[in-house]
Amino acid sequence: MKKRNFFSTLVMLGAVGAVLTGCGSNNASSTNGKSDASEHAAKITAVGSTALQPLVEKAAGQFQNENKKISVTVQGGGSGTGLSQVQDGAVAIGNSDVFAESKSGIDASKLEDHQVAVVGMAPVVNKDAGVDNVSMEQLKGIFTGKITNWKEVGGKDEKITVVNRAEGSGTRATFEDAVLKGAKAVKSQEQDSNGTVQKIVSSTPGAISYLAFSYLNDSVKPLSIDKVKPNDENVASNKWKIWSYEHMYTKGKAKTATADFLKYMNSKDVQDGLVKKMGYISIHDMKVQKDAKGNVTQK
Amino acid sequence: MKEIQNKLLQNSKATREDRFGKVICYICIGFIIALVACILYFITSRGLATFTKDHVNLWGFLTGVNWNPGAVDAHGNPEIGALPMIVTSFSVTILAALVATPFALGMAIFMSEIAGKKGTKFLQPVIELLVGIPSVVYGFIGLSVVVPLIRKTFGGTGFGILAGTIVLFVMILPTITSLSVDSLKAVPISYRQASLALGANRWQTIYKVILRTAAPGILTAIIFGMARAFGEALAVQMVIGNALLMPKGLVSPASTLTSKLTTDVGNTVMGTLPNNALWSLALILLFMSLFFNLIVRFIGKKGSIKK
Repeated sequence: MKKRNFFSTLVMLGAVGAVLTGCGSNNASSTNGKSDASEHAAKITAVGSTALQPLVEKAAGQFQNENKKISVTVQGGGSGTGLSQVQDGAVAIGNSDVFAESKSGIDASKLEDHQVAVVGMAPVVNKDAGVDNVSMEQLKGIFTGKITNWKEVGGKDEKITVVNRAEGSGTRATFEDAVLKGAKAVKSQEQDSNGTVQKIVSSTPGAISYLAFSYLNDSVKPLSIDKVKPNDENVASNKWKIWSYEHMYTKGKAKTATADFLKYMNSKDVQDGLVKKMGYISIHDMKVQKDAKGNVTQK
Repeated sequence: MKEIQNKLLQNSKATREDRFGKVICYICIGFIIALVACILYFITSRGLATFTKDHVNLWGFLTGVNWNPGAVDAHGNPEIGALPMIVTSFSVTILAALVATPFALGMAIFMSEIAGKKGTKFLQPVIELLVGIPSVVYGFIGLSVVVPLIRKTFGGTGFGILAGTIVLFVMILPTITSLSVDSLKAVPISYRQASLALGANRWQTIYKVILRTAAPGILTAIIFGMARAFGEALAVQMVIGNALLMPKGLVSPASTLTSKLTTDVGNTVMGTLPNNALWSLALILLFMSLFFNLIVRFIGKKGSIKK
């Protein structure tokens, strides 16, 4: 009995520890920047946003095929992790869904922003809500809890179930900036991945949430806002307001191999190929640009 | 003469081997103890930073019902009240243990007392299989089967404590069962013989003698099950709904300590208040697991079978 007792204590402590330390102490070993030229063997580690991760992984694969001596490691962990790790100098690139300026505890002046793609997001509802267009005011009402039944916005007599995204996640920050504009969201369910949200909205009557464009499919119904359809062209012209950049931050100016990789991310090859293929919007297509405070200007 | 003297004074091969084995053992033990100490120190120091560095009121942390570390309330204090999560964590844990115990006990009695070798041979792998299924699979089944079922039966979204309880019930069932079997089997055969010799039938023997004797072991089993339920994160997170609300019923979305941790940990920046607040939640979890272990130790000491 005693033996098992001790063992279980360890297992339990170990499990708690593993989960918790995993976020804090990502490998600090693989920084780059020591090599003088990109021809030399170099290691680049990019950590952060899980929304951006698949794109960077694919791009890294192609990049390594062309530059055999450079190895690029891509890890998830979330935007917060990415930004704090790159600030500490533990990794070469921190991937983020949000501007570094908007995260407390991050000194954005020390980081250099590289915008590599644009993501559009659309509110989605369960198919039987009977709604396909709402006004921005109505959408705000739904997510702040003022509107609780679909019939108030012209749909069926059905209770609205709000499914929000995890607090502090980039998707939620983008959505709240564009739609709630400072108002407080109603307390509701929170899910932390696009996949789960899609599954829940498609199976729960009366559910509403929001998804990145690449996750829109037949199982859920995307809403138009003020008759503007959620598509790439409308994002490019800023007619569709809910969109954000995907950032890759470096500490100070990017050097050698890292600079090469970031240049590659911005090349026509990636922007017109991978970026579009994976459901993001190319940074080259944008007719407007947004700064960290949310001001939009024509390019 | 010299040769014999040397032989007597030098260590023999056996002694050297013995010493070598001992050193390896101590190194391993030392390493593990250091590891545990590190984890304890790390979580405690981070978890306490919320109170020492950010000056959050401990009482407010334990009893507050609003969790919004990024914002401040009317008095200018950050809103971090963990009570809804604490309540939900305890609710799912206790409910799951309540539901699982009768099933586990029934199975344990069947396996140790009633079914012969054949029955045990069949049931053992069934239980072991349940242990081997990864928690994400339980969560996925919960999300695809349990949640829609609850939604159809009770209305609402289907997410909530009930769904969490059902998933955890299956997850802790094998833990409680196999530990109970062990403690039932540890009851000396002489007790059974004496009981039968006095004219008790099988049911009376099981109920009045074996269960009573094995009670501390069974309690330990239940507490181990509860500890597992309390610490389970992924499966619960998938079915609990992750709403930071005080649970109003069994089918309203709620959030446990662990589910909050898994959802938020990647989105916060090390060293800031939202991150420290999460560490404080982890500290609560750590204290609870220590508490569960203390109970187990206490029960073990009090009620061990004296042969």
